[in-house]
Amino acid sequence: MSPPRSTPLLAIGDLSVALPAMQGCVRAVDGVTLSVTAGQAVGLVGESGCGKSMLAKALMGLLPREAEIGPTSQIHFDGRPLLALSPRERRTITGRKMAMVFQDPMTALNPVMRVGRQISEVLRHHLGLDRRAARQRALALLRQVGVSMPRRRLDHYPHQLSGGLRQRVAIAIALACGPRLLIADEPTTALDVTVQAGILDLLARCQKAQAMAMLLISHDLGVVAGRTQRTAVMYAGRILELAPTRKLFGKPRLPYTRALLDAMPRLANPPRTPLKAIGGQPPDMTHLPPGCAFAPRCRWARGRCRVETPPLESGRGGDHDHRVACWYPLEGA
Amino acid sequence: MSQTSAAPPPLLSVDRLVVEFPLDRRRTVHAVSGVSFRLGEGETLGLVGESGCGKSTLARAVVQLLRPTSGKIWFRGEDVCRLRGEPLRAIRPHLQMIFQDAVASLNPGRCVGGSIAEPLRVMGGHDRRSRDIAARQMMVAVGLDAERHFHRKPFEFSGGQCQRICIARALMTRPQLLVCDEPVSALDVSIQAQILNLLASLKERYGLSLIFISHDLAVVKNICDRVAVMYLGKLCEIAAVDALFNTPCHPYTAALLAAHPEPDPDRPPATGDLVGMEIPSPVDPPAGCRFHTRCPAAQPVCSVTEPDLREVATGSRVACHFPLSAAG
Amino acid sequence: MEPNRPTRLPAAGIHEIAARLGPIFWLAVIWLAMVLFAAVTAGYWPVPPPDRMDWAQLGAAPGAPLTPAGTPSAENPQAGGAAHWLGTDTMGRDMVARLIFGARVSLAVSICSPAIGFLVGGLLGCLAGYYRGRLDAGIVATMDVILAFPGLVLLLVIRFYLGASLTNLILILGFLTIPAFSRVARAKTLGLTELEFVQAARLTGAGHLSILVREILPNVVIPLAVYALLVAAFMIMAEGALSFLGLGVPPPTASWGGMIAEGREALDTAPHVSLIPAGVMFLTVLALNLIGDGLRSLLEGRAHP
Repeated sequence: MSPPRSTPLLAIGDLSVALPAMQGCVRAVDGVTLSVTAGQAVGLVGESGCGKSMLAKALMGLLPREAEIGPTSQIHFDGRPLLALSPRERRTITGRKMAMVFQDPMTALNPVMRVGRQISEVLRHHLGLDRRAARQRALALLRQVGVSMPRRRLDHYPHQLSGGLRQRVAIAIALACGPRLLIADEPTTALDVTVQAGILDLLARCQKAQAMAMLLISHDLGVVAGRTQRTAVMYAGRILELAPTRKLFGKPRLPYTRALLDAMPRLANPPRTPLKAIGGQPPDMTHLPPGCAFAPRCRWARGRCRVETPPLESGRGGDHDHRVACWYPLEGA
Repeated sequence: MSQTSAAPPPLLSVDRLVVEFPLDRRRTVHAVSGVSFRLGEGETLGLVGESGCGKSTLARAVVQLLRPTSGKIWFRGEDVCRLRGEPLRAIRPHLQMIFQDAVASLNPGRCVGGSIAEPLRVMGGHDRRSRDIAARQMMVAVGLDAERHFHRKPFEFSGGQCQRICIARALMTRPQLLVCDEPVSALDVSIQAQILNLLASLKERYGLSLIFISHDLAVVKNICDRVAVMYLGKLCEIAAVDALFNTPCHPYTAALLAAHPEPDPDRPPATGDLVGMEIPSPVDPPAGCRFHTRCPAAQPVCSVTEPDLREVATGSRVACHFPLSAAG
Repeated sequence: MEPNRPTRLPAAGIHEIAARLGPIFWLAVIWLAMVLFAAVTAGYWPVPPPDRMDWAQLGAAPGAPLTPAGTPSAENPQAGGAAHWLGTDTMGRDMVARLIFGARVSLAVSICSPAIGFLVGGLLGCLAGYYRGRLDAGIVATMDVILAFPGLVLLLVIRFYLGASLTNLILILGFLTIPAFSRVARAKTLGLTELEFVQAARLTGAGHLSILVREILPNVVIPLAVYALLVAAFMIMAEGALSFLGLGVPPPTASWGGMIAEGREALDTAPHVSLIPAGVMFLTVLALNLIGDGLRSLLEGRAHP
C-alpha cells in the first residue's frame, strides 16, 4: 500500500452492490476499493454493464430501491462514513460537497423549468441565497461554464438549448455549491466530438481552478487518457487495474487493458491496420464464470485463472502505485 | 477515383443530391444540400460528420429508403431515383444497408435464422430448404454458430452478435453496395474491433463496395479507402484516406481531427477550439460557407459566397475559400 | 452507451414463465377456466332449467330443498340430496342454473365484442399507422366521431329499430370498442414502422402488404390481444350496467347483470339473489384484469420496443 500522503477525500472500501435479477441476483459492483485524493482527477473506464454507473450511483445514494449494498461496504467522504449517515444527513453532503454530471443532459434537467430557475433553486436550497443573489450567481456560473449569451439563456427552457449547452448547464448546476468532488458519468457520450472536447476542457479547467476532485467515468479510453492522473479499469463489477494514467496506458499490466488498447483503432496508426479484436462476448453478469471474469476471453489465461479470483494487488516489483488483479500480470515492455 | 477517361464507370455516382423535409407549413429541414460523389467498384468510402450533418439521410437516399428532393443517383448506369415498382424491386437486392441499432434491426418475434433467410424468400426462386441452407452458410461466414443460434430470438443475443446477424442478412442477396450506418457506434470497444475486422474480410470475400458512416475518425481511418467529410448537408472535403488524415485541407476536417480523443496520455488532450460550440440548425443553415460561423479561419467572404468543391490535389477536393494546406 | 437492453435473457422455459407470473395469475386462470367450463357445459348440469320457477321456494336461501318438477305443492321432501345449492331468486328460479346460463351471455359478450373491435379496429389501426398520410387522417377522424357518439343513444336506437337481442348487444358493444383497439394498434404500428427491421425488410424489396403481414402484424397482435383481455373485462361490466338499466339481454334469458338487477328489490329479504351474481361477476372481471396485467408485464419484461 502506498504511504498515506494525506487522507483521501473519497475512500471506497470493499463496496458491493447486488441487484435482484431474473434468476438470483447480479453483483453489479463487487468489492471495489478505490480512493480519490482532494484535487485529483481519477478515471474509471469499462465497457457497458461493467458496473461503473452503478458505482457512481452508489456514491451519490441514487441506487434503485431494490439494490442491496454489501454489509462490509464502506464509503468515506471527507472522513465521514456516508453509508452510516441518515438519508437526511447524506443529502446535505451529496448536493453540496459531492455533485454529479450525468450522461444525458436532457433528462438531467427539468424540462418544464427555466434554466435560470433550475440553477438558482439549487443555490437557494443549499446556500440559502435570496432570489436576486441566486440569479446573479447563476449568471456568473453560466459565464464560467462558457455558455454564450448567458443572460438570455437564464430564461430558456432546456429544449431550447443544444446538447452541448445543456450539458454545460448541467455542469453549472453541479458546480453551483462549490463541490469538493465531481462525479462525471459519461458526461460526453451523448455529444459530438467537437463538443465533447470543449466539455472535457471545461471540466478540467473547473477542476483545476477550484481544486476539486473528479471521478471521470467513461467507456472511452481516449476520453480518460489526457485528463486524469489515475485510472481504474473495471470489468464485470470489479476493478482489475489501478495505476497512474500514464503508466496504465503506457505499460498496462492487466491483459484486459492491453487487449482493449490493442483493439482500439487509432489515428496514429496507418490506414487498414488490422485490429487485435478481443474474442468472445461481453460477460453475462447473471452467469459469471468462477475465477477471473475475463479469463474466458483472455489470451494469457491459465488454469488458475479459471478457478481462483485474483485480488487487486501491487506488483512484486514493489510498484505501489500500480495495482492489478491478475495472477499472471504482463511484465512491462 | 481514377480520372482517366478509360476508367470504367463508377459503381455509384451521386449527382447534386438534395434531400429536404418539410418541418411544418413554412419551414424546411435542409438535410442534404447538393452532394456529389462517386464510388468505385470494391471501394470503401467513409462518410464522417457530426450529428445532424445529413450523413444518415444521404445513406438512406442512396439505398432508396427515401426519395431525394432532386438530384440523381446512378447505380450500375441506372438512375435509381427514377425507378418505380418492379425495376426498383429488382435492383434493391444489390443495395443493402446495416444500421446502428442492430437489435432494432431484427424482427423481435422471428428467429434469427428466419430473419437471415427472409431476403431470399422475398426475392423468390428459392424453396425453404435451400433458403435455410444458404442462411446457415452465411451465419458461419459472419462467425455465428449456425446449429446453436439458428432458432434463437434476437433478444437472446448481445449487440455485437445482433450486428453479425444483420450483416449476414444484408449479404444474403449478394449486394454490390453495402451501406453501413454507424455499425459499431453502439458497441463496446472489444466488440467493435471484431465487427470492423469482419466487415473488412467480408468485403474482400464478396467483392463489396462500402459506404461507411461514422462519427469516429479512427474507425473510418481503419476501414476506408477514401473519406468524405460532411457538415450541415454539404461536403466539405473528400480525399483519399492518407491525404485527408495527413494533410487535412478543410478547417472543419482539421478541427475534427484535433478533437478526436486518442488513448495516449502523452498526446496533448484533444481541444475543441472551434468558435462557438453550437452547430447551426439545418432548418436555417448559414449563408455562404455553412461552416463559417464556427470556423477559426473565417474571412468576410466566407459568410457571403459559398465555396465550390474544387480539386486541390489529385483525388482531393475541398469546399473552402482558404484551404489549409494550400495556404501554408 | 445504454445501461442495458436486456441482452441475452436466458431462453425462458415453461416452468420459469409459470413461476414468473406468480400464483395469483394462475388462480385467475383457474377461475376463468371454471367459468368457461360452466358456460360450455351448462346444458348438462344436474340443475333445473334456468327459467323454471319453483313457486315453493321464492328467494330461498342457499341449500333450500328442490321442489321436483310437476309438483306445485310445498310439501315435497324429495331428498336425494337435490337442492337449490345457491338458493333461488325472487321468482323461484335456481341460482346455479341462472349463473351458469348467465355465464354464457357474459362470456359471449366479453369474447365476441372485443373480437369485433380487435379485428376491425386492429386492422384499421395498422393500416393508419403504416400508411400514414390521408388514410391515417381519415381513419383517426372516423374513430374520433365514433368515440364522441353517445353509445347509450346508439343502443336505444338500435334496440328500437332492430329489437333487443344478444346478437344486437354484441354487435353494438363491439362497434364501440373499435376506436380503442384502433388507437392501440396505430400507436404500436407507428412505433414499429420507425424501427430498422421494417426498413431492412423494405431494402430486400418486400412490398407493403408483405411488410404489414410479416413484419408489423405479428408484433402488433400479441400486445393487442393482451389489451383485448382488459376490454373483455370491461365488456362484462358493460353488460351488467346495461342490464341494470334494462337495456341488456331481454328478460327471460339469464344474465349476470340481469340477475343483479332483479335481485335489487329483495336486497333486504334475500340479499344473495343480487350478491352472488355480483360476486361471480367481480371475480371474473378481476381474473381477466389480473391475467391481462400478468401477460403485459411478461411482454414488457422481455422484448422491445
